[in-house]
Amino acid sequence: MITPEPIILVTFIGATNWGVGFLTTVAIFAIVALALNLQWGYTGIFNFGVVAFFMVGAYTSALLTLPPPSRFESHILGLELPILMGWFAGALAGGLLALIIGLPTLRLRRDFLAIATIGVATIIRSIANTTEGFVNRGSGLNGIPRFLNDFTSASDYKWVLLVIMLVMLSAVYFGLQRVTAAPWGRVLRAIRDNEDTAMAAGKHTVSFRMQAFVLGGAIMGLAGALWAHRTGSISPTAFNDLFGTFVIWTMVMVGGSGNNKGAIIGALVVGFFWFGTPLIQEDLPDFLGTRVFQLRELTVGLLIVLFLLLQPHGLIREKAQVSRFITERKSINQQQIK
Amino acid sequence: MDILQLLIIGIIVGSIIGLGAMGLTLSYGVMKFANFAHGDFMTLGMFLAYIVISDLGWGTSPIGNFSFGFGLIPAIILAIFGVGCFAIVTDHFVHRHLRMRGSGIITMAIASLGIGIMLRAIIQMVWGPTAFRFSTGINTALTLPGDLKIKPDQIFICAITLLCTIGLYILLYRTKLGKAMRATSDNSELASIAGINTDRIRMATWGISGGLTAIAGIMLAIQSQLRFDTGFTFLLPMFAAVILGGIGNPWGALLGGLIVGITQELATEWINPGFKPGVPFVLLIAMLLFRPRGIFGSSI
Repeated sequence: MITPEPIILVTFIGATNWGVGFLTTVAIFAIVALALNLQWGYTGIFNFGVVAFFMVGAYTSALLTLPPPSRFESHILGLELPILMGWFAGALAGGLLALIIGLPTLRLRRDFLAIATIGVATIIRSIANTTEGFVNRGSGLNGIPRFLNDFTSASDYKWVLLVIMLVMLSAVYFGLQRVTAAPWGRVLRAIRDNEDTAMAAGKHTVSFRMQAFVLGGAIMGLAGALWAHRTGSISPTAFNDLFGTFVIWTMVMVGGSGNNKGAIIGALVVGFFWFGTPLIQEDLPDFLGTRVFQLRELTVGLLIVLFLLLQPHGLIREKAQVSRFITERKSINQQQIK
Repeated sequence: MDILQLLIIGIIVGSIIGLGAMGLTLSYGVMKFANFAHGDFMTLGMFLAYIVISDLGWGTSPIGNFSFGFGLIPAIILAIFGVGCFAIVTDHFVHRHLRMRGSGIITMAIASLGIGIMLRAIIQMVWGPTAFRFSTGINTALTLPGDLKIKPDQIFICAITLLCTIGLYILLYRTKLGKAMRATSDNSELASIAGINTDRIRMATWGISGGLTAIAGIMLAIQSQLRFDTGFTFLLPMFAAVILGGIGNPWGALLGGLIVGITQELATEWINPGFKPGVPFVLLIAMLLFRPRGIFGSSI
């Protein structure tokens, strides 16, 4: 059985081409992983519906930038807006969805949020699949315009795309580094480690959790928008829980939750397993070769369990530091102890 | 369709959800974490039964008006043992270590998710992506007064659910093991101070939870079909039933399952059946908003 795969494996031939396509895809996934890391790694919000935010961002941006529907399609909007506005709207939609879900659920037990967010992903997929004349149902949206496609030749475009995605990734990374190093990030970590203490220190914890959830949702929406314009076509079945949520979780677990570098390293490592496994298909024995897509699912599950058991802090461990301004004093203290 | 007819289907689907949810709520109550592999345990049960019925071909000639033969009995036994053992073994190799390290319930829930993904991948490796049925024959429906239809198989499903509920009641309230399980669920530290071997109680709970799930899986396979992701798609309705009934409360879970099943089927009278997967979610959110402890509260 061959499941439809991201285009990189099918159309790009040769190691360089594969590498460029791979890094472009991983950059988008790393943005999602950074967003999940903000929610889970820094704040402890147990979001099992990552794919819902990603999907809403992708559809919003696609609907705004596509031309009006032809008579073979039925979807709303189709405003032919500039792609940059689509990206912005995708982020806005992701943030709005987070706000709507967060209002009833963020006060509840942490594992209830996980169950509820899985439900959100299910319901959003079924809306996309079922509603007549909304987002073209199961056939999905096709021919989504590509960013800056008109200005470059086809062979150069993949480099342009890679640079764009790396720029977006860096922007998100440095932005998150900045806010998580700020007092705001310190409050988030305090909430994660002990919500009661944070509350006793006078912090409105639900409000902070909501801020982190909404910001994370918006970044996921932005990544979804980037994804839509990268692949050119999206459909509800492509946004399944495994690919859109659990693979991202594995990236954060493997990289090490609670630090932004870890999320990117995790995206690179897990992405390599996920997109690389189909490449060795012919070298595997027959039984595994024909089941290479299940093999990589198995790998993802195995990575989660092994890292939890053997390397619970991930590849890069979160630094236990209250603020970067007090490291010097701390080292002086340590010298005195010695 | 007639509302009464939808009600009948709802009760059947609801008893399957309830049966699975009773298993889920037991492990949730004793182990304290949400087992995201529960749906895949259900799938494992279905396919273990499928080995006996279809691959070994034991006792396939139908009994009376049912669509299955005596082969279902060894199939159920194998599935109960298989899923129970699988749950115990994964707990031994994964969750036990996390518990000893003092990991939180969230870490354990994520680990169970990893186990679920692996199990689903393995099942799909062995049986592929196609859907199977236990029997190819037609199960002629009986006509009740008022032109309502019910299949003999569906009566069997409700009877098995009732039987399992009574069995679980006897186990929890009339045996020493059940008493110890309830104590562990209530307060595991206090229970272990009182001399209860909580590790053995956890093992027993996994066994019973896995067994109930296996039966639920087989009932689902009789009612519809079996595929590598059938159980996973049942996870949300089961969680909704567990939260509706209050975590750790099997009777609540059964009632919650019936509520979810009936609402889900009745809703198709007014909404597009494509939205059916969303119904448990709406119930879940409504419950979390207005009464997060569940209908009966969370003790056994």
